[in-house]
Amino acid sequence: MAKYCTRMGDGSTVYMTKEEIKQDVLDGTADAADMGGIKDLTADEIEHLIEIICDTNRIVGVARGEEVVLSYDVGQLDMTGDNGNSGGGVPASRLNGALVHERTLCADTFELAHSDYSIKPVKPVIANEMNDMEVIQNNIIIPYFYGAMPNMGLYYSPDGPYGNPADLMRQFKIDEAQEQAEAAAKHLARDILYVATKIDDAGSDGFNFDTTASAGDADFVGTLTGVEQLRKERPDMSIMLGMAGENVMGIHGEIEYDGKVVAGLFPHQQVALAEKAGANVFGPVSNTNTGKSLAWNLSRAVTFVKSCTDVSSLPVHVNMGMGVGGIPMSETPPLDAVTRCSKAMVEIAKVDGV
Amino acid sequence: MSIAHFVASGMGGLRTGGDLVARMQFTKNMKVGKAKDYVAKKLGVTAFDLSDEYILRELREDVGIGVLTGVPGTPKGIAAKMNIEDLLGIKINSCEKFRKYHAKR
Repeated sequence: MAKYCTRMGDGSTVYMTKEEIKQDVLDGTADAADMGGIKDLTADEIEHLIEIICDTNRIVGVARGEEVVLSYDVGQLDMTGDNGNSGGGVPASRLNGALVHERTLCADTFELAHSDYSIKPVKPVIANEMNDMEVIQNNIIIPYFYGAMPNMGLYYSPDGPYGNPADLMRQFKIDEAQEQAEAAAKHLARDILYVATKIDDAGSDGFNFDTTASAGDADFVGTLTGVEQLRKERPDMSIMLGMAGENVMGIHGEIEYDGKVVAGLFPHQQVALAEKAGANVFGPVSNTNTGKSLAWNLSRAVTFVKSCTDVSSLPVHVNMGMGVGGIPMSETPPLDAVTRCSKAMVEIAKVDGV
Repeated sequence: MSIAHFVASGMGGLRTGGDLVARMQFTKNMKVGKAKDYVAKKLGVTAFDLSDEYILRELREDVGIGVLTGVPGTPKGIAAKMNIEDLLGIKINSCEKFRKYHAKR
Protein backbone atom coordinates (compact mmCIF):
# COMPACT_ATOMS: atom_id res chain seq x y z
CA MET A 1 0.00 0.00 0.00
CA ALA A 2 1.31 3.45 -0.93
CA LYS A 3 2.80 5.49 1.87
CA TYR A 4 2.88 9.28 2.07
CA CYS A 5 5.86 11.23 3.33
CA THR A 6 4.62 13.44 6.16
CA ARG A 7 5.74 14.74 9.56
CA MET A 8 5.47 14.09 13.27
CA GLY A 9 4.73 16.89 15.74
CA ASP A 10 8.46 17.28 16.42
CA GLY A 11 9.13 17.82 12.70
CA SER A 12 10.70 14.44 11.96
CA THR A 13 9.73 12.61 8.76
CA VAL A 14 7.29 9.72 8.98
CA TYR A 15 5.72 7.55 6.25
CA MET A 16 2.02 6.80 6.64
CA THR A 17 -0.66 5.18 4.50
CA LYS A 18 -3.72 7.23 3.54
CA GLU A 19 -5.76 5.13 5.95
CA GLU A 20 -3.36 5.88 8.79
CA ILE A 21 -3.49 9.61 7.97
CA LYS A 22 -7.29 9.50 7.86
CA GLN A 23 -7.43 7.77 11.24
CA ASP A 24 -5.18 10.45 12.77
CA VAL A 25 -7.30 13.21 11.24
CA LEU A 26 -10.41 11.60 12.72
CA ASP A 27 -8.74 11.16 16.10
CA GLY A 28 -7.43 14.75 16.10
CA THR A 29 -10.77 16.37 15.38
CA ALA A 30 -12.48 14.06 17.88
CA ASP A 31 -9.98 15.05 20.58
CA ALA A 32 -10.64 18.78 20.02
CA ALA A 33 -14.41 18.26 19.89
CA ASP A 34 -14.34 16.24 23.09
CA MET A 35 -12.11 18.68 24.98
CA GLY A 36 -13.78 21.88 23.79
CA GLY A 37 -17.38 20.70 23.57
CA ILE A 38 -17.38 21.78 19.92
CA LYS A 39 -18.30 20.24 16.57
CA ASP A 40 -16.06 17.74 14.79
CA LEU A 41 -14.95 18.62 11.27
CA THR A 42 -17.51 17.59 8.65
CA ALA A 43 -16.90 14.68 6.26
CA ASP A 44 -16.11 17.13 3.44
CA GLU A 45 -13.65 19.05 5.62
CA ILE A 46 -11.95 15.82 6.66
CA GLU A 47 -11.56 14.76 3.02
CA HIS A 48 -10.17 18.20 2.14
CA LEU A 49 -7.67 18.04 5.01
CA ILE A 50 -6.51 14.55 3.98
CA GLU A 51 -6.06 15.82 0.42
CA ILE A 52 -3.88 18.70 1.68
CA ILE A 53 -1.74 16.42 3.84
CA CYS A 54 -1.34 13.77 1.13
CA ASP A 55 -0.39 16.25 -1.60
CA THR A 56 2.95 14.97 -2.90
CA ASN A 57 4.27 18.43 -3.74
CA ARG A 58 6.76 19.90 -1.30
CA ILE A 59 4.88 23.23 -1.13
CA VAL A 60 1.13 23.73 -1.19
CA GLY A 61 -0.89 26.95 -1.10
CA VAL A 62 -4.32 28.54 -1.25
CA ALA A 63 -6.02 29.36 -4.53
CA ARG A 64 -5.25 32.76 -6.04
CA GLY A 65 -7.51 35.40 -4.55
CA GLU A 66 -7.88 33.53 -1.25
CA GLU A 67 -4.78 35.00 0.40
CA VAL A 68 -4.99 36.41 3.94
CA VAL A 69 -3.14 38.98 6.05
CA LEU A 70 0.07 37.98 7.86
CA SER A 71 0.71 39.51 11.29
CA TYR A 72 3.72 38.79 13.52
CA ASP A 73 4.95 38.20 17.02
CA VAL A 74 8.45 38.81 18.48
CA GLY A 75 9.06 41.59 15.94
CA GLN A 76 12.63 41.96 14.74
CA LEU A 77 13.82 39.29 17.19
CA ASP A 78 13.17 36.58 14.59
CA MET A 79 16.06 38.20 12.72
CA THR A 80 18.28 39.57 15.50
CA GLY A 81 17.47 37.29 18.42
CA ASP A 82 18.94 34.05 19.71
CA ASN A 83 17.40 30.63 19.18
CA GLY A 84 15.04 31.13 22.13
CA ASN A 85 12.93 33.07 19.67
CA SER A 86 14.05 30.97 16.70
CA GLY A 87 16.05 34.10 15.93
CA GLY A 88 18.66 34.16 13.22
CA GLY A 89 21.30 35.81 15.41
CA VAL A 90 21.99 38.54 12.86
CA PRO A 91 23.17 41.73 14.58
CA ALA A 92 21.14 44.53 13.03
CA SER A 93 19.23 47.60 14.15
CA ARG A 94 15.53 47.46 14.91
CA LEU A 95 14.90 49.80 11.97
CA ASN A 96 16.80 47.40 9.69
CA GLY A 97 14.74 44.50 11.04
CA ALA A 98 11.47 46.31 10.41
CA LEU A 99 12.33 47.42 6.87
CA VAL A 100 13.75 44.03 5.89
CA HIS A 101 10.44 42.42 6.90
CA GLU A 102 8.53 45.09 4.97
CA ARG A 103 10.65 45.11 1.82
CA THR A 104 11.96 41.55 1.48
CA LEU A 105 9.92 39.20 3.68
CA CYS A 106 6.46 40.15 2.35
CA ALA A 107 5.04 41.16 5.75
CA ASP A 108 1.57 42.75 5.75
CA THR A 109 2.17 44.11 9.28
CA PHE A 110 5.12 44.11 11.65
CA GLU A 111 5.98 45.08 15.21
CA LEU A 112 8.66 46.41 17.57
CA ALA A 113 9.74 44.10 20.37
CA HIS A 114 11.89 44.28 23.52
CA SER A 115 14.45 41.48 23.77
CA ASP A 116 12.57 40.01 26.78
CA TYR A 117 9.25 40.45 24.90
CA SER A 118 7.24 41.01 28.09
CA ILE A 119 5.26 43.95 29.52
CA LYS A 120 7.14 44.19 32.82
CA PRO A 121 10.74 44.70 31.54
CA VAL A 122 9.52 47.32 29.04
CA LYS A 123 8.54 49.74 31.82
CA PRO A 124 12.05 50.90 32.80
CA VAL A 125 13.08 51.37 29.15
CA ILE A 126 9.81 52.82 27.86
CA ALA A 127 11.47 56.04 26.64
CA ASN A 128 13.86 53.99 24.51
CA GLU A 129 10.96 52.03 23.05
CA MET A 130 9.00 55.21 22.32
CA ASN A 131 11.97 56.79 20.56
CA ASP A 132 12.58 53.72 18.39
CA MET A 133 8.87 53.57 17.56
CA GLU A 134 8.92 57.22 16.44
CA VAL A 135 12.03 56.74 14.29
CA ILE A 136 10.74 53.58 12.62
CA GLN A 137 7.24 55.01 12.05
CA ASN A 138 8.85 57.80 10.02
CA ASN A 139 10.26 55.19 7.64
CA ILE A 140 7.92 52.22 7.52
CA ILE A 141 4.67 52.04 5.52
CA ILE A 142 2.97 48.80 6.60
CA PRO A 143 1.04 48.82 9.93
CA TYR A 144 3.68 48.71 12.68
CA PHE A 145 2.67 47.67 16.19
CA TYR A 146 4.37 47.15 19.53
CA GLY A 147 4.34 43.57 20.75
CA ALA A 148 4.82 42.06 24.20
CA MET A 149 3.61 39.13 26.26
CA PRO A 150 1.65 39.92 29.44
CA ASN A 151 3.80 37.14 30.97
CA MET A 152 2.43 37.47 34.49
CA GLY A 153 4.87 34.85 35.75
CA LEU A 154 7.43 37.67 36.01
CA TYR A 155 5.33 39.28 38.77
CA TYR A 156 5.73 36.27 41.08
CA SER A 157 8.60 35.41 43.43
CA PRO A 158 11.55 35.16 42.86
CA ASP A 159 11.28 37.54 39.86
CA GLY A 160 8.53 39.84 41.14
CA PRO A 161 6.87 41.27 44.26
CA TYR A 162 4.07 38.71 44.70
CA GLY A 163 4.14 35.30 46.32
CA ASN A 164 4.34 32.42 43.86
CA PRO A 165 1.00 30.58 43.74
CA ALA A 166 2.74 27.32 42.80
CA ASP A 167 4.88 27.47 45.97
CA LEU A 168 1.96 28.57 48.15
CA MET A 169 -0.28 25.78 46.92
CA ARG A 170 2.42 23.23 47.75
CA GLN A 171 2.15 24.56 51.32
CA PHE A 172 -1.68 24.18 51.14
CA LYS A 173 -2.06 28.00 51.37
CA ILE A 174 -4.80 28.05 48.74
CA ASP A 175 -6.49 31.32 49.76
CA GLU A 176 -3.15 33.12 49.89
CA ALA A 177 -2.18 31.73 46.47
CA GLN A 178 -5.41 33.09 45.01
CA GLU A 179 -4.92 36.49 46.69
CA GLN A 180 -1.40 36.78 45.29
CA ALA A 181 -2.62 35.91 41.78
CA GLU A 182 -5.38 38.51 42.00
CA ALA A 183 -2.92 41.18 43.20
CA ALA A 184 -0.51 40.32 40.39
CA ALA A 185 -3.34 40.53 37.84
CA LYS A 186 -4.19 44.06 39.00
CA HIS A 187 -0.52 45.04 38.76
CA LEU A 188 -0.31 43.59 35.25
CA ALA A 189 -3.38 45.56 34.17
CA ARG A 190 -1.82 48.79 35.49
CA ASP A 191 1.42 48.07 33.64
CA ILE A 192 -0.43 47.28 30.40
CA LEU A 193 -2.18 50.63 30.57
CA TYR A 194 1.09 52.46 31.27
CA VAL A 195 3.19 50.79 28.57
CA ALA A 196 0.51 50.74 25.86
CA THR A 197 -0.54 54.39 26.28
CA LYS A 198 3.11 55.48 26.08
CA ILE A 199 3.61 53.44 22.91
CA ASP A 200 0.42 54.90 21.48
CA ASP A 201 1.79 58.37 22.24
CA ALA A 202 4.82 57.47 20.10
CA GLY A 203 2.66 56.84 17.03
CA SER A 204 2.29 53.06 17.09
CA ASP A 205 -0.37 51.52 14.86
CA GLY A 206 -1.45 49.41 17.79
CA PHE A 207 -0.46 46.82 20.41
CA ASN A 208 -0.12 43.05 20.13
CA PHE A 209 -0.66 41.20 23.42
CA ASP A 210 0.95 37.88 22.57
CA THR A 211 0.91 34.56 24.48
CA THR A 212 -1.84 35.79 26.78
CA ALA A 213 -2.67 33.55 29.76
CA SER A 214 0.72 31.83 29.72
CA ALA A 215 0.62 32.11 33.53
CA GLY A 216 -2.93 30.85 33.69
CA ASP A 217 -6.37 32.24 34.37
CA ALA A 218 -5.27 35.26 36.47
CA ASP A 219 -2.91 36.27 33.64
CA PHE A 220 -5.90 36.19 31.26
CA VAL A 221 -8.02 38.31 33.63
CA GLY A 222 -5.17 40.80 34.17
CA THR A 223 -4.70 41.16 30.42
CA LEU A 224 -8.42 41.51 29.67
CA THR A 225 -8.71 44.13 32.41
CA GLY A 226 -5.69 46.02 31.02
CA VAL A 227 -7.15 45.88 27.51
CA GLU A 228 -10.51 47.11 28.79
CA GLN A 229 -8.87 50.08 30.53
CA LEU A 230 -6.73 50.78 27.48
CA ARG A 231 -9.80 50.76 25.22
CA LYS A 232 -11.48 53.33 27.48
CA GLU A 233 -8.35 55.49 27.50
CA ARG A 234 -7.55 55.11 23.79
CA PRO A 235 -10.77 54.40 21.83
CA ASP A 236 -9.03 54.43 18.43
CA MET A 237 -6.02 52.22 19.26
CA SER A 238 -5.73 48.90 17.42
CA ILE A 239 -5.41 45.96 19.80
CA MET A 240 -4.56 42.36 18.94
CA LEU A 241 -4.92 39.74 21.66
CA GLY A 242 -3.32 36.35 21.04
CA MET A 243 -3.41 33.37 23.38
CA ALA A 244 -0.84 30.95 24.83
CA GLY A 245 -2.84 27.75 24.49
CA GLU A 246 -6.13 26.28 23.42
CA ASN A 247 -7.26 26.08 27.03
CA VAL A 248 -6.90 28.65 29.85
CA MET A 249 -5.07 26.93 32.71
CA GLY A 250 -6.94 27.15 35.99
CA ILE A 251 -4.06 27.97 38.32
CA HIS A 252 -6.31 30.26 40.40
CA GLY A 253 -9.40 28.28 39.50
CA GLU A 254 -12.13 30.75 40.37
CA ILE A 255 -11.05 34.17 39.05
CA GLU A 256 -13.65 35.83 36.81
CA TYR A 257 -13.86 38.38 34.04
CA ASP A 258 -17.23 39.98 33.29
CA GLY A 259 -18.88 37.56 35.70
CA LYS A 260 -17.45 34.46 34.00
CA VAL A 261 -14.90 32.03 35.42
CA VAL A 262 -12.13 32.01 32.80
CA ALA A 263 -10.36 28.79 33.82
CA GLY A 264 -10.92 26.10 31.23
CA LEU A 265 -12.15 28.35 28.42
CA PHE A 266 -11.48 27.30 24.83
CA PRO A 267 -10.93 29.53 21.76
CA HIS A 268 -14.63 29.92 20.87
CA GLN A 269 -15.23 31.15 24.44
CA GLN A 270 -11.99 33.17 24.79
CA VAL A 271 -12.79 35.31 21.75
CA ALA A 272 -16.05 36.55 23.30
CA LEU A 273 -14.15 37.94 26.28
CA ALA A 274 -11.46 39.47 24.05
CA GLU A 275 -14.18 41.27 22.12
CA LYS A 276 -15.91 42.38 25.31
CA ALA A 277 -12.63 43.84 26.61
CA GLY A 278 -12.10 45.81 23.39
CA ALA A 279 -9.71 43.86 21.15
CA ASN A 280 -9.83 44.41 17.37
CA VAL A 281 -8.22 41.12 16.31
CA PHE A 282 -8.07 37.77 18.17
CA GLY A 283 -5.37 35.11 17.92
CA PRO A 284 -6.45 31.58 18.89
CA VAL A 285 -3.93 28.87 19.66
CA SER A 286 -3.78 25.09 19.53
CA ASN A 287 -0.62 23.60 20.97
CA THR A 288 1.23 20.85 19.12
CA ASN A 289 1.74 17.37 20.61
CA THR A 290 5.22 16.27 19.48
CA GLY A 291 4.34 12.58 19.90
CA LYS A 292 1.48 12.76 17.41
CA SER A 293 1.53 13.16 13.63
CA LEU A 294 1.03 16.34 11.59
CA ALA A 295 -2.33 14.90 10.55
CA TRP A 296 -3.48 14.55 14.17
CA ASN A 297 -2.16 17.95 15.27
CA LEU A 298 -3.44 19.87 12.25
CA SER A 299 -6.87 18.27 12.40
CA ARG A 300 -7.15 19.12 16.08
CA ALA A 301 -5.92 22.70 15.54
CA VAL A 302 -8.25 23.36 12.60
CA THR A 303 -11.20 22.07 14.67
CA PHE A 304 -10.43 24.43 17.56
CA VAL A 305 -9.82 27.43 15.30
CA LYS A 306 -12.87 26.81 13.14
CA SER A 307 -15.03 26.80 16.28
CA CYS A 308 -13.61 30.27 16.98
CA THR A 309 -14.05 31.76 13.49
CA ASP A 310 -17.61 30.37 13.41
CA VAL A 311 -18.67 32.59 16.32
CA SER A 312 -16.26 35.53 16.16
CA SER A 313 -17.31 38.92 14.89
CA LEU A 314 -13.65 40.00 15.11
CA PRO A 315 -11.06 39.14 12.47
CA VAL A 316 -9.21 35.99 13.59
CA HIS A 317 -5.42 35.70 13.07
CA VAL A 318 -4.50 32.16 14.09
CA ASN A 319 -1.14 31.67 15.83
CA MET A 320 1.04 29.57 13.52
CA GLY A 321 4.58 29.72 14.80
CA MET A 322 6.73 26.93 16.13
CA GLY A 323 4.56 24.40 18.00
CA VAL A 324 1.16 26.03 17.47
CA GLY A 325 -1.61 25.83 14.88
CA GLY A 326 -0.62 22.28 13.90
CA ILE A 327 2.95 23.31 13.05
CA PRO A 328 5.71 21.02 14.37
CA MET A 329 7.47 22.05 17.58
CA SER A 330 10.87 22.75 16.08
CA GLU A 331 13.24 25.70 15.80
CA THR A 332 13.13 25.25 12.05
CA PRO A 333 9.67 23.94 11.15
CA PRO A 334 9.77 22.06 7.83
CA LEU A 335 8.50 24.00 4.81
CA ASP A 336 6.18 21.20 3.68
CA ALA A 337 4.48 21.10 7.10
CA VAL A 338 4.14 24.90 7.44
CA THR A 339 2.56 25.38 4.02
CA ARG A 340 0.08 22.54 4.66
CA CYS A 341 -0.96 24.06 7.99
CA SER A 342 -1.23 27.54 6.44
CA LYS A 343 -3.44 26.31 3.58
CA ALA A 344 -5.68 24.23 5.87
CA MET A 345 -6.26 27.12 8.29
CA VAL A 346 -7.35 29.43 5.46
CA GLU A 347 -9.42 26.96 3.47
CA ILE A 348 -11.04 24.95 6.27
CA ALA A 349 -10.90 27.08 9.44
CA LYS A 350 -11.62 30.25 7.38
CA VAL A 351 -9.17 32.48 9.25
CA ASP A 352 -8.78 36.17 8.37
CA GLY A 353 -5.06 36.12 8.94
CA VAL A 354 -2.08 34.12 10.15
CA MET B 1 8.71 31.00 8.68
CA SER B 2 7.64 34.35 7.17
CA ILE B 3 8.44 33.20 3.66
CA ALA B 4 6.73 29.82 4.14
CA HIS B 5 3.46 31.47 5.21
CA PHE B 6 3.71 34.09 2.46
CA VAL B 7 4.22 31.42 -0.17
CA ALA B 8 1.28 29.37 1.11
CA SER B 9 -1.31 31.97 1.99
CA GLY B 10 0.03 35.52 2.45
CA MET B 11 -1.09 38.63 0.60
CA GLY B 12 2.47 39.96 0.30
CA GLY B 13 2.45 43.33 2.03
CA LEU B 14 3.89 46.12 -0.14
CA ARG B 15 4.25 43.70 -3.07
CA THR B 16 0.48 43.89 -3.34
CA GLY B 17 -2.26 45.41 -1.16
CA GLY B 18 -1.74 43.32 1.98
CA ASP B 19 -0.84 46.28 4.18
CA LEU B 20 -4.02 48.11 3.12
CA VAL B 21 -6.26 45.13 3.90
CA ALA B 22 -4.50 44.76 7.25
CA ARG B 23 -5.23 48.41 8.09
CA MET B 24 -8.96 47.87 7.59
CA GLN B 25 -8.89 44.73 9.74
CA PHE B 26 -7.08 46.46 12.58
CA THR B 27 -8.91 49.81 12.50
CA LYS B 28 -12.45 48.76 11.58
CA ASN B 29 -12.54 45.12 12.75
CA MET B 30 -13.29 44.01 9.18
CA LYS B 31 -13.01 40.32 8.33
CA VAL B 32 -10.74 39.55 5.42
CA GLY B 33 -13.43 39.40 2.70
CA LYS B 34 -15.02 42.67 3.72
CA ALA B 35 -11.63 44.38 4.11
CA LYS B 36 -10.56 43.24 0.63
CA ASP B 37 -13.81 44.50 -0.91
CA TYR B 38 -13.39 47.87 0.81
CA VAL B 39 -9.78 48.36 -0.33
CA ALA B 40 -10.47 47.08 -3.85
CA LYS B 41 -13.30 49.57 -4.29
CA LYS B 42 -11.07 52.43 -3.16
CA LEU B 43 -8.36 51.38 -5.62
CA GLY B 44 -10.77 50.68 -8.47
CA VAL B 45 -9.75 47.03 -8.83
CA THR B 46 -11.29 43.68 -7.87
CA ALA B 47 -10.62 41.87 -4.58
CA PHE B 48 -8.88 39.18 -6.65
CA ASP B 49 -6.51 41.82 -8.09
CA LEU B 50 -5.38 42.92 -4.63
CA SER B 51 -2.93 40.02 -4.37
CA ASP B 52 -1.61 40.44 -7.92
CA GLU B 53 1.89 41.93 -7.95
CA TYR B 54 1.61 42.79 -11.65
CA ILE B 55 -1.38 45.07 -11.06
CA LEU B 56 -0.50 46.50 -7.66
CA ARG B 57 3.13 47.37 -8.46
CA GLU B 58 2.14 50.03 -10.97
CA LEU B 59 -1.02 51.07 -9.16
CA ARG B 60 0.77 51.69 -5.86
CA GLU B 61 3.23 53.99 -7.61
CA ASP B 62 0.45 55.81 -9.47
CA VAL B 63 -1.47 56.63 -6.27
CA GLY B 64 1.65 57.31 -4.19
CA ILE B 65 1.14 54.79 -1.39
CA GLY B 66 4.63 53.28 -1.39
CA VAL B 67 6.25 50.62 -3.53
CA LEU B 68 8.36 47.61 -2.65
CA THR B 69 11.44 48.68 -4.57
CA GLY B 70 13.63 51.73 -4.01
CA VAL B 71 12.23 54.19 -6.54
CA PRO B 72 13.66 57.73 -6.23
CA GLY B 73 11.01 60.43 -6.05
CA THR B 74 8.19 58.21 -4.79
CA PRO B 75 6.49 58.86 -1.41
CA LYS B 76 8.07 56.87 1.40
CA GLY B 77 7.35 56.40 5.11
CA ILE B 78 5.02 59.06 6.53
CA ALA B 79 4.41 60.64 3.10
CA ALA B 80 3.13 57.33 1.69
CA LYS B 81 1.02 56.75 4.82
CA MET B 82 -0.63 60.17 4.47
CA ASN B 83 -1.68 59.13 0.97
CA ILE B 84 -3.00 55.85 2.40
CA GLU B 85 -5.09 57.87 4.89
CA ASP B 86 -6.66 59.77 1.99
CA LEU B 87 -7.19 56.62 -0.07
CA LEU B 88 -8.83 54.54 2.66
CA GLY B 89 -10.56 57.35 4.56
CA ILE B 90 -8.85 56.50 7.86
CA LYS B 91 -6.50 58.26 10.30
CA ILE B 92 -3.06 56.77 10.94
CA ASN B 93 -1.58 57.45 14.38
CA SER B 94 1.97 58.22 13.20
CA CYS B 95 0.62 60.67 10.61
CA GLU B 96 -1.43 62.40 13.28
CA LYS B 97 1.72 62.73 15.41
CA PHE B 98 3.70 64.00 12.42
CA ARG B 99 1.10 66.70 11.74
CA LYS B 100 1.08 67.64 15.42
CA TYR B 101 4.89 68.03 15.55
CA HIS B 102 5.00 69.71 12.14
CA ALA B 103 2.53 72.34 13.36
CA LYS B 104 4.92 73.28 16.17
CA ARG B 105 7.76 74.47 13.94
